[in-house]
Amino acid sequence: MQSRKKETSMDKMNIGLAKRYRKERRFRLFGLAAVFASITFLGILFVSIAANGWTAFQQTEILLDVHFDTAEFDVDNLYSVNYGALVKNSMRSLFPEVKGRSDKRDLYRLMSSGAVYILQDMVMKDSGIIGSTQQIWLPADDEVDMLMKGHISRDVTEGDRRLNDKQISWVDTLVAEKRLEKKFNTTFFTAGDSREPELAGIRGAAVGSLFTLAVTLLLSFPIGVATAVYLEEFAPRNKWTDLVEVNINNLAAVPSIVFGLLGLAVFLNIFGMPRSAPLVGGLVLTLMTLPTIIIASRAALKSVPPSIREAALGVGASKMQAITHHILPLALPGMLTGTIIGMAQALGETAPLLMIGMVAFIVDVPGSVTDPSTVLPVQIYLWADSPERAFVERTSAAIMVLLAFLISMNAIAVFLRRKFERRW
Amino acid sequence: MSPSLFLIVLLGMASYVYMQGKRRAFRLASSESDSTKLHSRPGYYGMLTALWCFLPALLVFSFWMMFSGSVLTTLALRTLPDTMQNIPPNQLNLLINDLHNLIAGHVAAKDIDPVLQLAAEQYLGMERISRISLAVVMFAVALFFSSLIYRRITPRLRARNHVERIVQTGLMICSGLAVLITIGIVVSVMFESIRFFQQVPVTDFLFGLKWSPQMAMREDQAGSSGSFGAIPIMAGTFMISGIALSVAVPIGLMSAIYLSEYAPPRVRAWAKPVMEILAGVPTVVYGFFAALVVAPFIRNSGELLGLDVSSESALAAGLVMGVMIIPFISSLSDDVITAVPQAMRDGSYGLGATKSETIKNVIIPAALPGIVGGVLLAASRAIGETMIVVMAAGLSANLTANPLQAVTTVTVQIVTLLVGDQEFDSPKTLVAFALGLLLFLVTLVLNVIALYVVRKYREEYE
Repeated sequence: MQSRKKETSMDKMNIGLAKRYRKERRFRLFGLAAVFASITFLGILFVSIAANGWTAFQQTEILLDVHFDTAEFDVDNLYSVNYGALVKNSMRSLFPEVKGRSDKRDLYRLMSSGAVYILQDMVMKDSGIIGSTQQIWLPADDEVDMLMKGHISRDVTEGDRRLNDKQISWVDTLVAEKRLEKKFNTTFFTAGDSREPELAGIRGAAVGSLFTLAVTLLLSFPIGVATAVYLEEFAPRNKWTDLVEVNINNLAAVPSIVFGLLGLAVFLNIFGMPRSAPLVGGLVLTLMTLPTIIIASRAALKSVPPSIREAALGVGASKMQAITHHILPLALPGMLTGTIIGMAQALGETAPLLMIGMVAFIVDVPGSVTDPSTVLPVQIYLWADSPERAFVERTSAAIMVLLAFLISMNAIAVFLRRKFERRW
Repeated sequence: MSPSLFLIVLLGMASYVYMQGKRRAFRLASSESDSTKLHSRPGYYGMLTALWCFLPALLVFSFWMMFSGSVLTTLALRTLPDTMQNIPPNQLNLLINDLHNLIAGHVAAKDIDPVLQLAAEQYLGMERISRISLAVVMFAVALFFSSLIYRRITPRLRARNHVERIVQTGLMICSGLAVLITIGIVVSVMFESIRFFQQVPVTDFLFGLKWSPQMAMREDQAGSSGSFGAIPIMAGTFMISGIALSVAVPIGLMSAIYLSEYAPPRVRAWAKPVMEILAGVPTVVYGFFAALVVAPFIRNSGELLGLDVSSESALAAGLVMGVMIIPFISSLSDDVITAVPQAMRDGSYGLGATKSETIKNVIIPAALPGIVGGVLLAASRAIGETMIVVMAAGLSANLTANPLQAVTTVTVQIVTLLVGDQEFDSPKTLVAFALGLLLFLVTLVLNVIALYVVRKYREEYE
């Protein structure tokens, strides 16, 4: 009798309990899996970018013995010299057995078309080398570069390859002679954009980003802080203040491309500002980052305890004096943190800048805020669209540079917060 | 002499005037007898003089910057012969473009029209005159106002109050800028959209099923007029956003629950910032990742299963976009979940519920308004997201429900229509603004609903 009663209540519950605990464990596992999944995505993203990109920091170069023949040079006009012939002669002297027009052409293709300009620059810098023979490392063509980095498979049939069998055999000979090596790619950091992957660099885009961010910072920080101070300290509670607040919250959620449309319609078409200029880019990004800075600055102002304000007012300071002498200095670290985070967003932003023409192909490094230029994320977009295989690794490398900038900016923000955060 | 130089000179002048004003206040304070003290500290007198030196001149300067270009262009065009002046507006725009290129010296010497060259020279001459007159007017204004204030400096002048009023007005103007930006967005986008709707009826745009935004060069051209039906691209936008949300909502919500309810503090302190990194990665990076890694992966696995997958499938773009918005959902949900009071959890445990039962039956219902608001914000983010879809989604406007096919989105179309050369009288360009307006309105409505839901249905505890 007694055993039967126990079975009905306790056992039933125990069966149910086991089921409930199983559910509990499953639920917890789902949660862990979700966290794990997002971190895995991040890992895959970073690893694939790094795996694709690290090779771009190296560039294949060929050692040539260039004879600067005095007969070729007209001292008065160093630009008109046929530098191409110098490169071709040196290539031929490496492989004297190559005969026939098409073979020769294939041979010349191993060298980057930019080698000519390097020689020209050398002569321009020091005309004393005319008449001598110099050993010079010159960049190889991007196809050779890809072969050296293993992106062109030798097993594919000749027709499907960008390099034919003869070219590959020449490359192998050069490698055996130690005339073809992978070296650190300085061009990537010192050059502007180019159609040739081996000559393309990120300096133009980086400088453009710098100008754009400078404009953004100069405009958005003062305006953002002023707005925050007004809304927190002065604004009366009325319809107008409510309208401003609703507006700021909404602006924070407007798609960035809409700001680009505004820039195109207002700054370019109505005010007639120059296309592709960092000035206009900075203005558009200012509109975008303002809400971020305002919201962060207001939070920073709110966190200053009222006792400080009251103490200042109590010893006879005016409201403005209390703010400028006491509250602003205490709120400044928080404001700066918010500004840096806003700047990091602006640095990574692409879409609105496409609208105002910052996608143009620009070779020169910009010299001022009105010069046509591009920015790092747009450069990444442009390279990602290029068909050459060699641009894939350069795109990834540019992404690594961009991420490095972003991470260091965020690290500075975190550091500022840790260092100056005060608990009242 | 460049205009920016004027500003620098003006700044220098203002700081000089500041010192003079301050010195005068000091002098007054020392010369007067002790009974009349200065009303404000001497610095305020200097500040007041400097502000009156700087601000009116700055106003003159900005007006000149805004209007001189267009005035000068009109004047230069007047010098052209009548035959060149009386041409249709779009050709006139081209002419103006040529003129500006000439002025900037962007044209090779051999193909210059002598008449235009003359106009350009006129322009440059007038620009020189206008700059000189600007400098004269600007500095005269600065001098006039600063000397006026300088003379009026007396111990009884309430300089501090004046300065503070000016600064406060400045602060107010800055805060009004946010409203101005919104108005600017609405007006500029609306203006071009209205021009578009004058050429293409609104109903054709909103309910049309075919999207091919070309305009015929000639009337009799085959397939002459393009069609501007926004339904296919709206469908594409919602499909990609839907895929993104169906990835992001479960993962984001579950990780928020795990991190706030289960994870030990050490794991939480470590995993939360790592997930925040996902939000900080620029979208162009996600786009590249989607095009380079995810899209080929999906196509290859589709081929293994015998499916025909487009290389620009909606699935690839949607998946990557989902990853991008995970942190939005997780951090917003995390905030509302931690805001649920501990007493409610304790009550549920006291009744014998397990942790997961408490979460499902107590915490989520309590936090639901916040979670829904977060999801809506994430949805508006997904709809407005540009770079991922530009790089990974297609261009062809297919009206399809198959996520393995290529679809296009509103933002992709805006970018493709507006990048490159534009003519601002063709529907092909103007439709981009109509799409922008649509995008702005949809996201605005989503945001407003999100804020409303959060405010209206928020459970207030204590």
